[in-house]
Amino acid sequence: MNGTIRTSELGGALPLVSIPEREKTVFDYVHSWLVTVDHKKLGLMYILYGLTFLVVGGAEASVIRIQLAAPNLHIISPQAFNRLFTLHGTTMVFLVGMPLIFGFANYLVPLMIGARDLAFPRLNAFGFWLSVFGGLLLYFSLIGGEGMAGAGGAPDVGWFAYAPLTAKAFSKGHSTDYWILGVMVGGFGSIATAANLITTILCMRCRGMALFRMPLLAWLNLVMCGMVLIAVSPLTAAQIMLLLDRFAGSHFFDTQAGGSAVLWMHFFWIFGHPEVYILIIPAFAFASEIIPVFSRKAIFGYPVMVGATCAIAFVSMSVWAHHMFTVGMTSVGNTFFVVSTMMVGVPTGIKIFNWLGTMWGGKLRFATPMVFSIAFIFQFLIAGLTGIMLACAPWDWQLNDSYFLIAHFHYTLVGALVFMIFAAIYYWFPKATGRLLSERLGKWHFWLFIVGFHITFDTMHIPGILGMPRRIYTYEAGRGWGIWNLICTVGVVFQVIGTLIFVLNILLSLRKGRPAGNDPWDAWTLEWSTTSPPPEYNFAEIPTVKSRRPLWDLKHPTDPDWKYE
Amino acid sequence: MTCLIIAESAIFVIFVVAYLFYLGKDLSGPAPRQVLELPILNSICLLSSSATITFALSSLRNNNAKRFSFWWLVTIALGAYFLLGTGREWHHLIHDKGLTIHTNLFGTTFYSLVGLHASHVVVGLLALSIVMAFALAGSVRQEHAERVHVLSLYWHFVDVVWVVVFTVVYIIGH
Repeated sequence: MNGTIRTSELGGALPLVSIPEREKTVFDYVHSWLVTVDHKKLGLMYILYGLTFLVVGGAEASVIRIQLAAPNLHIISPQAFNRLFTLHGTTMVFLVGMPLIFGFANYLVPLMIGARDLAFPRLNAFGFWLSVFGGLLLYFSLIGGEGMAGAGGAPDVGWFAYAPLTAKAFSKGHSTDYWILGVMVGGFGSIATAANLITTILCMRCRGMALFRMPLLAWLNLVMCGMVLIAVSPLTAAQIMLLLDRFAGSHFFDTQAGGSAVLWMHFFWIFGHPEVYILIIPAFAFASEIIPVFSRKAIFGYPVMVGATCAIAFVSMSVWAHHMFTVGMTSVGNTFFVVSTMMVGVPTGIKIFNWLGTMWGGKLRFATPMVFSIAFIFQFLIAGLTGIMLACAPWDWQLNDSYFLIAHFHYTLVGALVFMIFAAIYYWFPKATGRLLSERLGKWHFWLFIVGFHITFDTMHIPGILGMPRRIYTYEAGRGWGIWNLICTVGVVFQVIGTLIFVLNILLSLRKGRPAGNDPWDAWTLEWSTTSPPPEYNFAEIPTVKSRRPLWDLKHPTDPDWKYE
Repeated sequence: MTCLIIAESAIFVIFVVAYLFYLGKDLSGPAPRQVLELPILNSICLLSSSATITFALSSLRNNNAKRFSFWWLVTIALGAYFLLGTGREWHHLIHDKGLTIHTNLFGTTFYSLVGLHASHVVVGLLALSIVMAFALAGSVRQEHAERVHVLSLYWHFVDVVWVVVFTVVYIIGH
């Protein structure tokens, strides 16, 4: 398995001359991480930050599930319940999804395109610390939401914070302000990092790496960052308006003075729908790197994959109002958004087809990253199908804001994004730490998580069809929802145990994992040509590439890829 | 900078959309045509500052530090005059016409859109002034032309946005 190639040919680590230093204290170590501008350290901090909040957000979800496990439960107060689902949604999107995708992009993009760092390393650090500050602001509301003197109070307006609930009259105290400011500051960080990544990908590729020789991961992140620029700023604008409403007495969303609550919906979903594609495109990126390596085949239909990604990005900018069918738009408006939403299914279908085409006839290796990826394809397909169902306006009128919808988007965000994030961690952990994660614990993690996932989220469609609305605190017995909710909650137990095994796996493997070597998976992209973990300068010598799989060329000099591309 | 401009454009688009959406939906007066006057001189100042910053940049590229400082100072002066003009317009509206952000939807969208633009002018002026301080200290030289160019892109962007704001607020809205 371990590649026998001489890494120095593509620029591995320089033999370092050890300089006698004074012994490093813990303070020096922490200090070096706090002031770093290195893309790898920032990437790891992003990922650590995201995983920490994944545990926090998961704990919030678990409490919600416990409260809903049976009819007429009063385990937490209704007010706490509102706060929990608001925090859960906001946390998972802004403090888990965004940091994780930017963490991987930060760590991998320069390594994959043969660069030594991002174009603007200090801007990168600035973006990271902004998003950390945003997360802290949001959670500070727990103690400062009612002002420092009063009791705490997290925001309770839901993650999309519809007007006029967010008006000063209905959301007293400062918890909603912390929601606005936390998300806004994190958004500034995202915009800064996206601009940085775009510049890096366009200007800092190594010799020979034409745009169409880039690994797909770099391509997909380029598209994702472009979407961040266009999609996150409308949210910032809308939040500025909301702040003006709350503090300057303006009337943007104040219906009593002629303002419009529907306008907030439009503004929020102009951000909100591209946002879910911003989150899922990096999952596509991981799949497009992992599946070929474990199928021992080059990716099927590379140019089509790039084209499909651009098509998804383009179409996803014009589907936002499918979140608003029940608001009552004109039939022309409804039809437009039905059609555009269904159209997104086409390039997405092309992608699924291409991943299957990559696996077809390949020599499959079912290592942990690969099994997560296969589960991803399957689950994303189902999520796409329920998405098409909800895209039909009449169907949506029945099931909008029901548990069917909740099941649908958790299928995309957990079944696709979280599964691919696990896959990516198993795949690139050896590169970042020099040690492999345990395959045995990995398989335990996988099977527990996938069983738990399907128990919870397959079942969750049913109470939705039976009429259970989202965000209700509790429900009467005799509605026929009880048994399904109980099953959903049971599934959570499996997922929690799976995640604990994952955390255990990381901790154990960091200490005692099998040494990985430079290239444990016999892969083909540039990050595997340098040492694990890579030196601070990444490549002693900037590599030159001739094809999409530079390491294949190196390992098979008699049959290089560039002859066929 | 191009990325920043794209993101900023999206923010302005949202504010412009809000302005147009609420146009003529006020429940109470005053309406735009009753209180707004065309800020012609102001607009001329801001738009011509786009030309003067180009003169400054080409002077810098020709290694003429004195002419660069001169045109740069003119740019700052024109930008500052624009800001002063906006301030006087707002003073007039608030004190004489009694239109505040709280009054009606027109006030809400007018002050936020024009204020958003004015805040960008302020940021631009700060950045220009920093370069001016460096220039007076003699440390802006020919090799810095590329960086000055990037800053000038931002200033051009602020001007182009004013063209849009002017069209939307003072012509369509009138």
